[in-house]
Amino acid sequence: MAISSAPGDVVLVGEETRFRRWSAAVRDFCVGRPLGAIGAAIVVVMLVVAALAGLLAPYDPVTVDFAAMLSKPSSQHWLGTDAFGRDVLSRLIYGSRTALFVGFGAAFIGATVGAVLGVGSAYFGGRLDLYTQRLMDIFLSFPLIILALAIVAILGNALHNLVMAITIPMIPRCALVIRSSALSIREMPYVDAARAAGFGHTRIILRHMLPNVMAPYLILLTAFLGQAILLESSLSFLGLGVQEPTAAWGLMLRGAAVEFAETAPWMAIFPGLAISLAVFAFNLFGDSLRDALDPKLRSL
Amino acid sequence: MKKYLFKRFLLMFPTLLGVAVLIFVLIRIVPGDVVELRLAGDSSSVSEKVLAEERAKHGLDKPVWQQFATWVWGAMRLDFGKSMWTGAPISEEIKLRFALSLQLAIMATAVAVVIAIPLGVISALKQDTWIDYTVRIASIAGLATPSFWLGIVFILCLLIFFKWLPPMVYTPFWVNPWQNMLQLIWPALAVGYRYSAVATRMTRSAMLEVLREDYIRTARAKGLVEKLILSRHALKNALLPVVTVICLEFAFLLGGLVVTEQVFNLNGLGLLFVQAVAHRDYTLVQALVLIVAGFFIVVNFAMDILYAWLDPRIRFR
Repeated sequence: MAISSAPGDVVLVGEETRFRRWSAAVRDFCVGRPLGAIGAAIVVVMLVVAALAGLLAPYDPVTVDFAAMLSKPSSQHWLGTDAFGRDVLSRLIYGSRTALFVGFGAAFIGATVGAVLGVGSAYFGGRLDLYTQRLMDIFLSFPLIILALAIVAILGNALHNLVMAITIPMIPRCALVIRSSALSIREMPYVDAARAAGFGHTRIILRHMLPNVMAPYLILLTAFLGQAILLESSLSFLGLGVQEPTAAWGLMLRGAAVEFAETAPWMAIFPGLAISLAVFAFNLFGDSLRDALDPKLRSL
Repeated sequence: MKKYLFKRFLLMFPTLLGVAVLIFVLIRIVPGDVVELRLAGDSSSVSEKVLAEERAKHGLDKPVWQQFATWVWGAMRLDFGKSMWTGAPISEEIKLRFALSLQLAIMATAVAVVIAIPLGVISALKQDTWIDYTVRIASIAGLATPSFWLGIVFILCLLIFFKWLPPMVYTPFWVNPWQNMLQLIWPALAVGYRYSAVATRMTRSAMLEVLREDYIRTARAKGLVEKLILSRHALKNALLPVVTVICLEFAFLLGGLVVTEQVFNLNGLGLLFVQAVAHRDYTLVQALVLIVAGFFIVVNFAMDILYAWLDPRIRFR
């Protein structure tokens, strides 16, 4: 097909083959790793739901309606209402925005900064590497949530600060993994060649080394996505994360959901299911991605 | 090997010092201090003089480096001073809570090990069968389920199906073991499920790797009973990374169960940390972090020794 096309279509042909290569890779992934494909499908559905929240949600997520307080799941409120009469389903739908924003934000920044630190540390080696490692050791000896709590206390709990608080504990974990893969890449002939060609450090790190740690980077990224969503819901549950009346899954489990758990269990069940499903999907996808890209990285 | 372990031993101290510096600085960046918070409750018109006097009582008027030196000097002699909020000695504040957190961590570890190792081994042996898929899905779900929510669900189920609630007041094990178990088994199960998921996955992948080794083929070729191959040749070698994961998770459980403790109304170290930060109780926050991080660092070091002990290849290097 590519050969028979008119000469003017050359660019288009190139794009077409690239598209084909991609679609072939996607097809292989779906056929070879059905679990991963299911995970990816759930993630896509979640992204669509978050994007179209305004259209899909039957009610406004923050409007208080005391007439419908704590009503059971029914045809009007599919998943019932909470102690303020707010529709649980609508709050779940809007909550996916919070979860995905925090998840993607924290995972992307955390993995990227970690990757740059890890590669830089491996590339320069020597004393710089030693000091970076010691610094990472210090951060690593804090439990994830303790460090995140301390940072939230300092920065306050606006949404972007929450992302920072979740990102910072993740950076050293990523730097550690990336550094160990970068150490072997540093010895590759093409890095020597780049050095011999007189390229600067920045160029070698960014153009020659970073692209070659893409596999662990992507794996870490997907692993962090789930962890970030879990951490956000934990912080929100403690009342130190997202604040009322914003819809967030962890926040929905707080307070009234536990107090009225016996009479209105839907308030406690559904947000937890949403968190689990989201993290489950990311982990399922991430796992298969790891098997496909780099099965040796099992320590995540 | 001895040289390496000695070096690792010495490295523990700069890391601990780093942790001390980090938390000392972090908690002081948090806006407000304990004196303001406590006196703000009385009235808004507390004079500057009273505030200054109160601060002097806690040593907060001294230069920062001096406060740090005093604290580190005390901590080195295991004297963490007094809580700025309650005035009680910190060792008193922490004692019971440490016992609670440690017991919970040990119980969760027991739950995890009992579930994880058999499941991981079976899953690896029956790779790509429905058993394997079920175990894998269950363990990925375990990683995805927030422990604190699982705790809520447990309480809810007990309440709805058995009309019974676990005791909400903590009884130490040495006072009434039965009452103590009744209370702690639920959080231990909730946390243990997630924990076992981590360990199951590691057992499975380590087993898969080991089963492809030449020495397993040799063992089979010489006609060794499959049971012996598994227990003596495969599992023994696959266990090292599993031990690592279990130890690391265990070390984190001590201070990392903040939310689960909240759900079960357990006054453990995690919850104490949240309260201490809210009160800007500098001495308590510092002591807690130093203990939790120190525990982690020591467990890490102990793991290195354990490694050498378990694996002669490392011992004789």
